[in-house]
Amino acid sequence: MALDRWIALILLSICLAYGYTAWFTMDSSLAPFMKRNPIWPSTFPKVLSILGVIACCTILFGLEKSEEKPAEINYRRLGDYHLSQALMLLGLMVAYALCLRPVGFIVSTSAFLILGAAILGERGWRYLLPIALIATLVVWYLVQQVLGIYMRPLPGFWGG
Amino acid sequence: MLEGLLIGLQTALSVQNLLMVIGGCLIGTFIGMLPGLGPMSIIAIMIPVAISMGDPSAALILLAGVYYGAIFGGSTSSILLNAPGVAGTVASSFDGYPMARQGKAGKALTIAAIASFAGGTIGALLLMIFAPALSSVALLFHSPEYFALMVVGLSAIAAFAGTGQVAKALLMTTLGLIMATVGEGALFNLPRFTMGLMDLQSGFGFITLAMAMFALPEALFLVLKPKTAQDADSGAITDLRISRAEAKSIAPVIGRQSIQGFFIGVLPGAGATIASFLGYAVERSLAPKQEQDQFGKGSIKGLAAPESANNAACTGSFVPLLTLGIPGSGTTAILLGALVALNVTPGPRLMIDQPEVFWAVIMSMFIGNLVLLILNLPLIPYIAKVLSVPRSYLIPFILFFTLMGAYIGQNNATELLLLVGFGVCATALRFADYPLAPLLIGFILGGMLEDNFSRSMQLYDGAAFIWERPLTLGLLCFAALLVLLPSYRARRARLRAQGVAEGD
Repeated sequence: MALDRWIALILLSICLAYGYTAWFTMDSSLAPFMKRNPIWPSTFPKVLSILGVIACCTILFGLEKSEEKPAEINYRRLGDYHLSQALMLLGLMVAYALCLRPVGFIVSTSAFLILGAAILGERGWRYLLPIALIATLVVWYLVQQVLGIYMRPLPGFWGG
Repeated sequence: MLEGLLIGLQTALSVQNLLMVIGGCLIGTFIGMLPGLGPMSIIAIMIPVAISMGDPSAALILLAGVYYGAIFGGSTSSILLNAPGVAGTVASSFDGYPMARQGKAGKALTIAAIASFAGGTIGALLLMIFAPALSSVALLFHSPEYFALMVVGLSAIAAFAGTGQVAKALLMTTLGLIMATVGEGALFNLPRFTMGLMDLQSGFGFITLAMAMFALPEALFLVLKPKTAQDADSGAITDLRISRAEAKSIAPVIGRQSIQGFFIGVLPGAGATIASFLGYAVERSLAPKQEQDQFGKGSIKGLAAPESANNAACTGSFVPLLTLGIPGSGTTAILLGALVALNVTPGPRLMIDQPEVFWAVIMSMFIGNLVLLILNLPLIPYIAKVLSVPRSYLIPFILFFTLMGAYIGQNNATELLLLVGFGVCATALRFADYPLAPLLIGFILGGMLEDNFSRSMQLYDGAAFIWERPLTLGLLCFAALLVLLPSYRARRARLRAQGVAEGD
């Protein structure tokens, strides 16, 4: 089965779970006076779940014929591409999300920029380090001082 | 009217106000380029500055300049990085980004600048002529019509976004609508589909989703498949100028979309987003067959249409604000707040009581658009240089700006994890050739669609509004036709092709 039909199957299960919640479980917590309303919080989701199931089934059973297009990246041969770099960058993004608050903006952002470039093969540290640091400081200054959005610059134990 | 025009010109051309326009446009353009900061947040940030000036005309002129600048700046990041920071410029990335990848970044930005200028100027002209009359037409549109109008917009996108794949586009639209129902709805104040998670209480963030659908998969694709030597020089800015033939082909597009965009912008709640998507869809269906295939692959018409439509719609959204005191969009709502703080009450009497404010704003729109054009055209080669930055520097920075965009909006680190998760899903969807734009559009319009649907249901005590209001029924039938027509045409074409083959 092609990837698009596998995805349709996954989305179908999501639509079914969504529809089950909308049709069967959501209304039980509704206050009695709200039940006299012509519209309930579940009305629109009910319509959407039906639409979603129809669209999923159309793709899953191949009811609509479409011509094959050459894909930009052939997912069956993912190993031929730079998969490890992409995965490492994704891991780096997750690490950044987890570190931003505890470690502080300046440390985590400059580390993110330097490590990201290093993953992609950059080895010119003489330029990379100052560029990453300056960019981090400029963005922090703009966000914190000009826009007034609070960002902890340094780890908490350094008084940041 | 002539007297009003002269008063406006006199106010807008004072040295202080000219500086305000120039400053506002510059600030708007540069901040608007950062993904994640749309006109709404920039205007909100500028409000304290505007109010402290004390002069309502100058304040409004400054804020209007910021507004236009932000919309133009947003198109720049859509075109160069495929990272639309504003919902209104999502459609610009459909063709603008492919153009940039083909080495025509300079041309794409020039077209965007000219189309924005034309859209804004024609919009301001129409505002001048129609403002008083239009306010009464806008009042004819009630919740059922808004609901139907949005259904038409979504069907048009589903029908045109997926080339021959209506079901996939429809599924993505529905998925976007489903995602919009997560969190507390405006009408019910009940948390829905949050799975008990506090972080989902306010729903998914628009910026997070926009970044995850466009910028992140794009960056991942760049990592997975580095450009070959053949297209390595796509950062070079070769042809900045538009040829005579190109100018001729986009002129009618710009004209039509400026007018259509303006009238859509007048309707409260519709705004620049619907105008740009609808403009794109309409121009695609009007184009000849061979040009239709170019849409989505770097068509100049596909870029000019949303660019002129969104700027004209921004101007149009001032009509309900200035004539009725009803803000048509989030941005004009913030402007309304600023006006009230400055002791100006927008409404039918504004033109009579404070004509200098009304006309000065209109005049400043002309000046603002001119300033934007003059400022941006010479800057384009430098802006487009972003693309010639080495890949190992560019990609971490794109990823960083996507993360920042999602973080600044919500100030919540969970949003970043959601961004990565959605980004991976979006990449998988792109592998399987699912169009991602309909999902985002469904998500953007989902809240408004449900609100209008619910309000109509309450007003008519059921679904009777569909058949009791002819305009609603007509619009909904049109939407159904839009969805069914492409499959019917494809089927007929296939049958005909089979027939030919048998005849042979």
